[in-house]
Amino acid sequence: MLTGLWPTPAGSGEYALSFDRRRPLRLLVIRALFDEGNKMRHFTVELLRRLDKAGIDCFLPDLPGTNESLENLEVQTLTGWQTAMYSAAEHFRATHVLAIRGGALIAPSHLPNVHYAPASGASLLRAMLRAQVIIASEAGRKETRDGLFARGSEEGLRLAGYHIGPQMISALESAALTHDDAIEIAQGDVGGGGLWLRAEPGHDAAQADVLANLVVDRIK
Amino acid sequence: MATNLPAPTAQSEETELLLRQVLADVLGLSAERISELDASSGLFGHLPELDSMAVAGLLTELEDRLDIIIEDDDVDGEMLETFGALLTFLDAKRADG
Repeated sequence: MLTGLWPTPAGSGEYALSFDRRRPLRLLVIRALFDEGNKMRHFTVELLRRLDKAGIDCFLPDLPGTNESLENLEVQTLTGWQTAMYSAAEHFRATHVLAIRGGALIAPSHLPNVHYAPASGASLLRAMLRAQVIIASEAGRKETRDGLFARGSEEGLRLAGYHIGPQMISALESAALTHDDAIEIAQGDVGGGGLWLRAEPGHDAAQADVLANLVVDRIK
Repeated sequence: MATNLPAPTAQSEETELLLRQVLADVLGLSAERISELDASSGLFGHLPELDSMAVAGLLTELEDRLDIIIEDDDVDGEMLETFGALLTFLDAKRADG
């Protein structure tokens, strides 16, 4: 396993985890977004280890503004992330893309795509806004998802600990899954409960085994 | 013995099964631990892992799997306090829908 930087179109260097043995299959892995990405971090890296063992080079870039990034999350946009993932695909000379959950919304479409349990932007936003409503009500404040969304699309919001800018919030609301020819792997194919649902970040070795096998099967 | 409780229907049994399944997924608990939950088992405020974000995920997943819409106003401490209260709420939602 290697770590290193890759150049983004915005000119920053972002961190990536790589398993590069110059093999013919080179997979760009796009992590789940926001809190889901945090909950699935361990699982995602374990998935890469398995894919490496199965003979596939894989690359897991940071999204600008997240993880080790020095960029400000608040100014990131969904289209900016799409462009960044396109650049990462070019930089790592990826032959295929595996996108996890909301990662499917920013996956480069010029390569063959496999999507694991893809989620629309609206459903990710719905869960984050709802959490904010519950947090407010615990603190004795009355908020609504509609009210938060209206404010968020004007001035941005802090959701589940992430400072998300107004452009990102508006874009998420209407971000649909548009890769019609992507191969989809549903959670039902993997078995068990999706790790993004867990209350705490976690890992499930059996699920990682099954998912790695399914991905290999789909791209080989 | 006469009772005022509604008889369990196929739909309410299915709701209970789905709620247990979603709780198992969210809490990462075994089927055995989940089967021990009863009407008085405490949820929000009783299980430390069930914080606001986890509750939001739980409700959003329940909406998707039960094909219901949960309004902001529906969500309060009482509805989330116990397994029984949440189940009663979901049953009523499904019956309305």
